[in-house]
Amino acid sequence: MKKLRRSMLFLPGANAAMLSTAFIYRPDSIMFDLEDAVALREKDTARVLVFHALQHPMYKDIETVVRINPLNTPFGLKDLEAVVRAGVDVVRLPKTDTPEDIYELERHLERIELECGRDVGSTRVMAAIESAIGVINAVAIARSSQRLIGIALAVFYYVMDMQTERGDCTELFYARCAVLHAARAAGIDAFDVVWSDLNDEAGFLREVDLIRKMGFNGKSLINPRQIDLLHNAYAPTQQEVDHAKRVIEAAEEGERNGLGVVSLNGKMIDGPIINHAQVVLERAAASGVRR
Amino acid sequence: MKIVREALAGTMESSDLMVKIAPAEGELDIVIHSEVIKQFGDQIHQVVNATLRSMDVHQGVVIIEDKGALDCVIRARLQSAILRASDSDNINWEKLL
Repeated sequence: MKKLRRSMLFLPGANAAMLSTAFIYRPDSIMFDLEDAVALREKDTARVLVFHALQHPMYKDIETVVRINPLNTPFGLKDLEAVVRAGVDVVRLPKTDTPEDIYELERHLERIELECGRDVGSTRVMAAIESAIGVINAVAIARSSQRLIGIALAVFYYVMDMQTERGDCTELFYARCAVLHAARAAGIDAFDVVWSDLNDEAGFLREVDLIRKMGFNGKSLINPRQIDLLHNAYAPTQQEVDHAKRVIEAAEEGERNGLGVVSLNGKMIDGPIINHAQVVLERAAASGVRR
Repeated sequence: MKIVREALAGTMESSDLMVKIAPAEGELDIVIHSEVIKQFGDQIHQVVNATLRSMDVHQGVVIIEDKGALDCVIRARLQSAILRASDSDNINWEKLL
């Protein structure tokens, strides 16, 4: 089954308490942040803290992601040297504007992997798109490396670049469509932006419903209490599960009888319908049924 | 690694620790205060001593105020303080593992 990446929980890399406990919340991925969540004077200590957290046995079964600082800052390459050696699963490159940004990252990754004895290519990459030029180049970015597991839209710098602000999602309409299509064309995952108003649970759920229907794999999260809400929203309903089971049964019966196309309740069932039914059952296996 | 200046690393928040380190002649002087010293004192001393040994720190004063940090956090904060207090710019990450 494909790796589920519904929830990606951000953790400030300098916060020892959160790094010591975050694994208990069981998000699909944990993202240790060395960039914007860390003050300039703590960049060095956060890097060492994340270096050790990555090796903690409790993070063994959770996908670990580190958002490094951009490579054109004094911190980016130092972050990379540390986290690759610590065995991070995925490096998230912020402010990815062009495929050349990913090529540069790849060159450093390959050198560090060779130096520390990691298999070349074993460090995966996620590109965060945070600007108008990044959105325009999304297809080229998404296809730029075999290491890419996904691209993520990041909201704060993007809305600044677009000379707008966070609102009713209209401001993200084009960027979401562009990033999602780029990811799908490249066969990788797509991640939506964070929802920062923790007290507006209804707003969070409305946004999750929207991005799930659009086809995003998941969303970046800033608080553990958003994890269960998100997983539940991504779980299929009992009705969807029952229908998916009937579709699979009908398809199997059709195959036994040598039929290419079968019908269920008067509706045609073909390849895409069967594939969707399988996805629904996989999601139910992972998330249960929506409450 | 030679301690050449005073340095601090960490915080006084729960699950963290504050490490103060300063140059001094003679043998290492290590002072550890911890909220969990009765339960985990031996373990904390072991982690601190092993970390100092692995980074070749043989002289200086090390003062630790522990607020119930995990071993990996103790290691990280102590290493950060040593790196800040030393005159070395290059980090050998394999040595910090």
